[in-house]
Amino acid sequence: MSTAIERAPSSQRATGTEGDPSRKRRRSTGLREGRAAWVLALPFCLLFLVFTLWPVAQSLFMSFTDTRAKDLRTPFSVEVIGVENYTRAFSDETFLRAIRNTAYFVLVGVPLTILLALAAAVALDRGITKFRSVFRLGFYTPVITSIVAVAVVWQYLLRDEFGLINTVLGWFGIDGPNWLGDANWSMPGLIMMAAWRNFGTGMIIFLAGLQGVPWALHEAASIDGANTWQRFLHITLPLLRPVILFVSVTTMIGYLQFFEEPFVMTNGGPLDSTLSMSLYTYRQFGFGNYGYAAALSYIIFVAVAVITALQFRALRENT
Amino acid sequence: MNTSTRSKWWLYAILTIAVLAVAAPFVWMLLGSLKTTAELRQTPPTWWPEDPTLDNYAELFSKANFGAYFMNSTIVAVVVTAGNLLFCSMLGYALAMLEFPGKRALFALVMGTLLIPGVVTFVPLFVLVANVGLVDTLPGLILPFLVAPFGVFLMRQYIKGLPPDLLDAGRVDGAGELRIFARIILPLCGPALATLGILTFLASWNNFLWPLVVAQTEDTYTLPVALALFSKGQNATNYGLLLAGATVVVMPILLVFLAFQRRFIEGIATTGIK
Repeated sequence: MSTAIERAPSSQRATGTEGDPSRKRRRSTGLREGRAAWVLALPFCLLFLVFTLWPVAQSLFMSFTDTRAKDLRTPFSVEVIGVENYTRAFSDETFLRAIRNTAYFVLVGVPLTILLALAAAVALDRGITKFRSVFRLGFYTPVITSIVAVAVVWQYLLRDEFGLINTVLGWFGIDGPNWLGDANWSMPGLIMMAAWRNFGTGMIIFLAGLQGVPWALHEAASIDGANTWQRFLHITLPLLRPVILFVSVTTMIGYLQFFEEPFVMTNGGPLDSTLSMSLYTYRQFGFGNYGYAAALSYIIFVAVAVITALQFRALRENT
Repeated sequence: MNTSTRSKWWLYAILTIAVLAVAAPFVWMLLGSLKTTAELRQTPPTWWPEDPTLDNYAELFSKANFGAYFMNSTIVAVVVTAGNLLFCSMLGYALAMLEFPGKRALFALVMGTLLIPGVVTFVPLFVLVANVGLVDTLPGLILPFLVAPFGVFLMRQYIKGLPPDLLDAGRVDGAGELRIFARIILPLCGPALATLGILTFLASWNNFLWPLVVAQTEDTYTLPVALALFSKGQNATNYGLLLAGATVVVMPILLVFLAFQRRFIEGIATTGIK
């Protein structure tokens, strides 16, 4: 975009009259450029059309039909049933339970993750001078690992008797719960693992954001007698607000779709206490209820879209 | 001055404890994979393996066929990464430097799908893949991930930062547009390609939902699928085997990460997307 605009004035300067040969050359360059651009764009566009745009549209259509697994061979027996899948979803006790569980996971998990990320970032940014990159590396490492693999490990860590976590709690005289076997403690167990795995991403983004907080403000405030905590509350935090918002939203979008953790660690149990929206959608797909599963997935999609839109609005108001 | 040194001292102590706590699951995984299942079920647990053994790994690769799953994961991740590097940089270049009809609409469309969750598309995608007979094949695992909006975003941003004069220089020399891309632009994109390559490989290696849906026999299982199904079957309490399996999934990525950690962390900080 910019190149064409920048080039235009110079070629205009060069051309005197309408039929000037240099203008003709420019027009043919533009044509050649457009053709080349589409050749470059073509492979992406084809794959994108078939494997992203089409499924997104098809998913919406499918959510208004009674498509089932057996219809794969007889696509014309599918019937449009309107919003029936959606009304069914919101009267499906198990799905409503999955919504509540997902809300629990998001509303507790996101603040906990942000808090850990912020604490780590502030400590590494101003608190210490040595070994900063070592700590940063250590805190970030869980982010890159497969959720399935760490879920398998945490399943073992959270065991009642020989689990590491209850062993450590035992040192302090605390009798740890049977995490994954107790409907009250299963979700806290999953949230603990999610916060452990994900706070590193937020920390890195906060560290980048903290570079933008001018040190002069802190110096001025401490001359005025503000202590560390007051300076954090009244200088750092307000300046970091857009970054915190951004990290909250991306974390929230990820947590809204949590799937691997309950799939591996609890299979949604005990007593559906860790059944997530994604896991229930996957189950309905597994039962062959494709139309219903598509409707459930669109409900997740709408939740993600609404949160994203709210973020952009909040960011616009801020800046 | 004195107070600040003292506060630093306890901050280092807290951070050290914190980093040990964060690393503990990995250490536990690694040490556990070298223990027998009997030792893993002891209360209180042992720290150091009493009698270190590689039996778990031997069983994993001989009986449980993890070598084949490792191969599948590698093939899928390499092809997906190559596809993203090539196709996303091609479109990224076109969007950043060339002028063509439909450009704005295309860019808006691609960016609009940046945040669409995988759970939204997997049902019709499965129907599509089933209709063309690609269920339970490696192409079925690869094709839907060969391009991603994130790659276009990253490459476009980077190429926009390159001097536009490069284009004119190439044109004066009589090079075609595709040649300019391949010979002039692409060689300058090293840092962006490295970031995109690492992030794509990582995402593909750890990807779970789609492989779980498409891979239906052991011939096409990727490592996470194999490990997840393994942990739910008759091996659910065979902790030694499971911890060894988790180690095999995590270790390659961990080593790649440690080798390229600076690029990784810069990528996260600049794009904000993992």
